[in-house]
Amino acid sequence: MSNPILSVKSLVKTYQMGEMTVHALRGVDLEVYPSEFVAISGPSGSGKSTLMNILGCLDVPTSGQYLLDGEAAQNLTRDDLSRLRNRKLGFVFQSFNLLSRTTALENVELPLLYRRDVSPSEIRDRAMACLAAVGLAERAGHYPNQLSGGQQQRVAIARSMVNDPVVILADEPTGNLDTRTSIEIMGLFQGLNTKGITVLLVTHEPDIAQFSGRQVIVRDGKIVRDIPTPNQLSAREELIKLPPPSVEELI
Amino acid sequence: MRPTALFMIALRSLSRNKLRSALTMLGIIIGVAAVIAMLAVGQGARAAVEKSIASLGSNVIIVSPGAPNQSGIRLEAGSNSHFSETDADAIRAQADQVLYVTPMVRTGGQLKFSGQNWRTNVYGVYPEYLLIRQWNVVSGSSFTVSDERGATKVCLVGKTVANNLFGEDADPVGRTLRIKNEPFRVAGLLESKGQNALGQDQDDIVIAPFSTILHKVLGGTYAQSFFASAVSGNAIPDASKQIEDILRRRMRIPDGAASDFTIRTQTDIAAAATSTSQTLTVLLASIAAISLLVGGIGIMNIMLVSVTERTREIGIRLAVGALGRDILLQFLVEALVISILGGLLGVLLGVGTSAFLASTQGWAVSVSPVSVFVAFGFSAATGIFFGWYPARKAAQLNPIDALRYE
Repeated sequence: MSNPILSVKSLVKTYQMGEMTVHALRGVDLEVYPSEFVAISGPSGSGKSTLMNILGCLDVPTSGQYLLDGEAAQNLTRDDLSRLRNRKLGFVFQSFNLLSRTTALENVELPLLYRRDVSPSEIRDRAMACLAAVGLAERAGHYPNQLSGGQQQRVAIARSMVNDPVVILADEPTGNLDTRTSIEIMGLFQGLNTKGITVLLVTHEPDIAQFSGRQVIVRDGKIVRDIPTPNQLSAREELIKLPPPSVEELI
Repeated sequence: MRPTALFMIALRSLSRNKLRSALTMLGIIIGVAAVIAMLAVGQGARAAVEKSIASLGSNVIIVSPGAPNQSGIRLEAGSNSHFSETDADAIRAQADQVLYVTPMVRTGGQLKFSGQNWRTNVYGVYPEYLLIRQWNVVSGSSFTVSDERGATKVCLVGKTVANNLFGEDADPVGRTLRIKNEPFRVAGLLESKGQNALGQDQDDIVIAPFSTILHKVLGGTYAQSFFASAVSGNAIPDASKQIEDILRRRMRIPDGAASDFTIRTQTDIAAAATSTSQTLTVLLASIAAISLLVGGIGIMNIMLVSVTERTREIGIRLAVGALGRDILLQFLVEALVISILGGLLGVLLGVGTSAFLASTQGWAVSVSPVSVFVAFGFSAATGIFFGWYPARKAAQLNPIDALRYE
C-alpha cells in the first residue's frame, strides 16, 4: 500500500473543566490511505467529535502526532491551521452550514476566495464544475432557502470539493435528512470515492456507516474496532429497493 | 481575500439590514453635519468680527486716560482727563511712526431739527479723524482745518442720525440742526459703517471740529482721548511705544510708576474679539465632535450585534480557511463603509444646513474646505476606531464554538 494520507499516533486530548480534567481522547492511532471511505462511529461522549475536530485541523491535540498528507498538523497557530484546512480539507456538516442570502454558486466559491493564487474567473469555473458534479448546475443562482435539505447538502458537498482536498470530512451529513435523501447523499459520497477522493465520515447511525468501506468504532476516547465493512451497501441498489416516493414527496 | 470581494461582502451585509444600517449611519451623518455646520457658523462669526474690526479704520491707536486717584479715592475712568491739544501736537511732531493724530472730546446731547429730535453722541475731532478711521463723506464734504481753527459750527452726520432727523434718504447737507441749542450747519453725510464688534451702531454719530465742541458746546479745556494711526500695520507696536514715551515725559511720570492712561491698538482689539469668536468656534465644534463620538459608539454597538448574529457565518468562513486577518478586515470594512458613507452624506447635509442658515438667518456662514476634510476624515477614523474592537472579537472566535453557535 502507498503512504497513508492521514496518520495519527498516540493522540491524546484533555479538557480542563474547572477542577476536573476530561480525557476526551486517550491515545488514538489511525491511518487512512488514499481513496478510502472510512466511517467513524461511536456513542455520544465517545470522543468521536473531538477526534473529528483534530483530524479536521479545527483543534490541536494535547499530545501525539498528526500527519496530514505528509505535513505535521500539531503545534500549529490558528492561521496555519486555517491555511492547512483551506488547502487540504473539505468539510460537510450536519446542518449544511451554507451562508444564507448567498447563492449556491457563491457558497461553493467560498473556500477559493481565501486563496491568493486563484483568479476570479478560475474560481467561478471550478465552483461551477463542482456544482455540476453534484447535479445542481441549473440551481447555481438559487439561495439556500430556495433549496431542499438534500440540495443544500449537495451544495455543501460541492463546496467541500472545490479546493481539491486530500480528504473530505463529513460530520453527520445525513443527520438532518430523511432516509431517501440520506441514501442519495451517501450515493454522492460513494461516487466521489470511486473517483479517488478520500472520505472520512462521522456518524452514529449504523445504517449510514454500512455505505462506507471501513468502519472505525470509538468508545471512551479509544478506537475499539477498526474493520473493513462487511457487506458494504451500494446506495444505487438501496435506492431501487426503496418504495417509490409518494406524490406529496415529488411535489 | 481580494479588496473588491471584501467590499461586496460589506455592502451585501449592510443591505441585509437596511433600516439598521441607515440608523447607524444617521449617527455619523448628524455628527459630521454638525461639525461642518458649527465650524461654518463659527467661521462666519469670526469673519463678521474681523470685518467690524476692519471698520474701525486702519492701524488705529486709541489713547484713553486711566481712572484718577485723588487721595486714595479712585474715580471713573476718563473723568480726570488732562490730555491737551499740545500733547497731540507733540505726538505729531515727535513720533515718526505715527501718521495721524487727533484729540477727541465726546458729549451726549439732544439734536433738534424742525420739530424732530434725536439723542446721540457728538464727537469733536480734527479732520484727520476721518483719515484714521478711513471714513468717507458720501454727500457734501468734510469740515476743514480752517473750520477747526475758527471753531466753526459745522458738523458731519451719520446715516442713522440723518434718517431720524431729516427723514429716510433725505439729503441733510446744508441744513442746520441744533446741538444743545447751538446751531450747526451740516457739511456732509458720513458713509454707513454698520455695527461694530460690540453690536453698536457706528452710524449713530455726529462729528464736529474739536475746538467747536470743546469751547462752544462743552466749555472745557482738555481732550478726553486721542485717536492716532501708525504708518503701517507693522509699525503699530513702535508707534504706540512712542506715544506712551511722549505722554509719560510730558506728564512727568517717573520711571517705574504706572502710566495713568491706556493705549489700545487695533491689533489688541482684534485679538480680543478674535479670541472670543475662537472660543465660540471651539465650543460649537466640541459639541459637534461629541455627537460624532456618539455616532461612533452607535457603530460599535451595531457591529457587536452583527458579529454575534453572524457567529455561525464566521465559523463557516474560518472552517473553509479564512485567516483571522480576513475576518478582521471583513468587519472593519463594514464599519468603514457605514462611517464613510455616513461621512459623505453628513458633508452634504452640513453644507446644506450652512447654506440654509446663511439664507434664512442672514448669518455670515462660511464652510471652509478644511472643515469638510477634517470632519470627513474624522468620520472615517471613527469607523476604524469603533469598528476595530468588534472586528477583532470576530477574528478571535474559535471556529468549533462558532460553528455550533445557535
